[in-house]
Amino acid sequence: MINTAVSIKNVKKTYGEVEALHNINVDVSEGELFGFIGPDGAGKTSLFRILVTLLLPTEGAASIFDMDVVKDFKKLRRILGYMPGRFSLYQDLTVEENLNFFATTFGTTIKENYYLIESIYKQIEPFKKRRAGALSGGMKQKLALSCALIHKPRLLVLDEPTTGVDAVSRSEFWDMLGNLKKMGITVVVSTPYMDEAGLCDRVALIQKGRLLSVDTPQNIMNGYDEDLWAVRSKNIYKLIEDLRQLEEVSSAFPFGEYVHVSTPPDRINQKMIENLLEKKGHDTVEVKKIGATIEDCFMKLMKN
Amino acid sequence: MKRFFGFVTKEFYHIFRDVRTILILFGMPIAQILIFGYVITNEIKDVNIAVLDHSKDEVTREITDKLLSSGYFILNKKLETNDQIQEEFEKGDIREVIIFGDNFARKLQKEKAADVQIITDASDANTANLVRNYTQAIINDYVKEKNATILQPARLVPEIRMLFNPELKGTYMYVPGTMAMILMLISAMMTSITIAREKEMGTMEVLLVSPLRPAQIILGKVAPYVMLSFANAVSIIVLGYFVFGVPVQGSLVLLLAESLLFITLALSLGILISTVSTGQQMAMFISMFALMLPTILLSGFIFPIENMPEILQWLTLIMPPRWFITIIKNIMVKGTGLLFVWKETLILVGITLVFIVLSVRNFKIRLE
Amino acid sequence: MAGENGYIVDVKELTKKFGNFIANDRLTFNVSPGEIFGFLGANGAGKTTAIKILCGLSSPTSGEATIAGYNVYRETEKIKQNIGYMSQQFSLYEDLTVYENFRFYGGIYGLSRKVIRKRTEELLHELNMEKVKNRVIHSLPLGWKQKLAFSVAIIHQPKLIFLDEPTSGVDPITRRQFWEMIYKTAQDGITVFITTHYMDEAEYCGRVSIMAEGKIKAIGSPNDLKSQYDAHNMNDLFIKLVRN
Repeated sequence: MINTAVSIKNVKKTYGEVEALHNINVDVSEGELFGFIGPDGAGKTSLFRILVTLLLPTEGAASIFDMDVVKDFKKLRRILGYMPGRFSLYQDLTVEENLNFFATTFGTTIKENYYLIESIYKQIEPFKKRRAGALSGGMKQKLALSCALIHKPRLLVLDEPTTGVDAVSRSEFWDMLGNLKKMGITVVVSTPYMDEAGLCDRVALIQKGRLLSVDTPQNIMNGYDEDLWAVRSKNIYKLIEDLRQLEEVSSAFPFGEYVHVSTPPDRINQKMIENLLEKKGHDTVEVKKIGATIEDCFMKLMKN
Repeated sequence: MKRFFGFVTKEFYHIFRDVRTILILFGMPIAQILIFGYVITNEIKDVNIAVLDHSKDEVTREITDKLLSSGYFILNKKLETNDQIQEEFEKGDIREVIIFGDNFARKLQKEKAADVQIITDASDANTANLVRNYTQAIINDYVKEKNATILQPARLVPEIRMLFNPELKGTYMYVPGTMAMILMLISAMMTSITIAREKEMGTMEVLLVSPLRPAQIILGKVAPYVMLSFANAVSIIVLGYFVFGVPVQGSLVLLLAESLLFITLALSLGILISTVSTGQQMAMFISMFALMLPTILLSGFIFPIENMPEILQWLTLIMPPRWFITIIKNIMVKGTGLLFVWKETLILVGITLVFIVLSVRNFKIRLE
Repeated sequence: MAGENGYIVDVKELTKKFGNFIANDRLTFNVSPGEIFGFLGANGAGKTTAIKILCGLSSPTSGEATIAGYNVYRETEKIKQNIGYMSQQFSLYEDLTVYENFRFYGGIYGLSRKVIRKRTEELLHELNMEKVKNRVIHSLPLGWKQKLAFSVAIIHQPKLIFLDEPTSGVDPITRRQFWEMIYKTAQDGITVFITTHYMDEAEYCGRVSIMAEGKIKAIGSPNDLKSQYDAHNMNDLFIKLVRN
């Protein structure tokens, strides 16, 4: 039987009039790599702060490894690794001093848990005498992860670790998270980048304090209940406008070089779309049926 | 314990890597003490005085000559009647009137005591104080010289009146005052800022989620500043002694112990400020308004408490620097021991405890 | 209008050094009027440095660059008059109303009250936000603020607008609405110079350049680049170019 690592039950958080979290219910299993996917202002940070014992929920309860985040906060603070959304290391301390400080703080040494951070830390080790403030975005993020890991936490909570980081560093970062998962560390991570959902075991799509869906990325994508087409022509802007005019089309959004067109199931076929568009004066129209991405699903769920 | 040292080490890195912090910590105390030392100068020169001599005998003439030949005083006018005194002061040309009683020489010889009255214009309290001290010193000097030649010593105790500011207490004490101010500034302001900085940079979030207890975080942040503030206290005393010749008459150990107490008080106040401020700027503003101004204005450092409106006098009772200044003045200038300052010491201990309790209560183990 | 050879951004051998560190190493590229140009690159690759030079905020160490025909060494004031700038960090005054923000920024560019009023109405009409004209920015959702910030940045009808990660953290629908605004702006003849970390957004650009270690590694239309480097999407392409 797999243990529950994180259990969130009916958690609500309000700041005065504003409701940041509305009745959140999620369970994360031990050893899972779990993602909260949603834009800024969705409530990810509030939820994570509740999990890491920094905030009290207005209503509801959350526990981590059966320890309550309110009552057992002292015990929990020993086993949590937390990386806040903002770069939160000492900019005036060097890479090595930062790591050392956090190791000491948790009553351990760099040596003791070096195996855990080795693959990450060795990438920034050549710069260990450099002040953290002078590191590039990708390196800062690696250092922050090393610091959050140095005490071998059972649960790692990462709040938007890849925001504002370039595509290369991002993909490297997800590789690291995959490795940590292999070592048995449960990871809860949030991101505004929808394409990162596929790298998680399970995800929760979150928007305006509400969960839109909680499942494996595959199941979420399979659950898209309309036909989806990728369409392209020379003039994308006109293409979108024309597609939206069609009564068969429920939505048309640009996706990279294509426009993703959603139509009610079995309402229309490829040939029909091509004809309709040619009538509107588009040449070199390309239409193909595709499976939904997480982003398609998110947008559909958002509109409901 | 290792955690604690790790924390303190980190704190020292912060301090020594920030030029501004270093300047405030080490540059400011020295600058302050020098500025205050020289602005509130103890040198006077060519002060206009008037003499009202009711005796006009040998001794009064000798004393007058001695005063005028000292270089400090210039005789502006010889007065004839008491009525002229007020008149002359109101004209504003003179700063001091020296009045010799009648039959001065005879009384001094026969009764071994004679009347000399010194009246100063205390609207400028500092100068008045200095003028008085110089006059008194010169007269005493004269009496000592005389005593050397006569067998029976004569007493010549001048009667002193301060016009416009009758009591004139608590001005000539820039070293105790500066010390109170600097310790308050360094200890309270710097700690409140350094803790507020952790909040502002988001690092407090990470510290809170670690197993560090609030007390460990606070002590770790404060410990370096205790050491540095203490070093500052010592350097102020040393500077006062060697540059301005302010002696330590009483026990040095007691003086340092009292300083340490005051540092603790200021630090706990700093922690309290940091718990109510969200960022460095806010911490700074609160420190400035809540600490600096009262320390300067309401501690008796610059403005004598006795001359304040009654409400403000009451207010000074809760100003820690007031008590601290009294304590070190006693120890440094008067050379008294704990026996004379235990009451003030106890008050400081009490205030410290209140601040500590309040800050521990206010320190949030979570984010707001 | 544009420079001698018709380019709105014309950069030759542009180099910027900080001490021994070469932040921009002989950048050469150009952008035509009405183009949507994606300026991509790794963190620390030198994008920000280059954008600062192109906006007239910093002088290059060597090389040539003109913006709308104005020289980046000598005519920085003219450049500023002719460009708009919006970034994720730069946003509107939260405690002012929508209209007050428009009026303030319009005022900065020396527009008359009448023109400001007219432009504000036009722009709010396009956004379908006439109703919020007198609302305080603070009370609006993030997506709306972002769109308003964009409108404010083009209130003086600049020839070129710089967008520095304008869509960071925005929800996917608003992000697309934002891009529709960008398209519209480009069709109206304003050149768009944009940076982003969303690689799918790179596909929306007419041409992109990809920077790493201070150099431009590749430049061209997304399709040309993908076939040239045998990558099946921009993410792939980016990783291939930056890793090497």
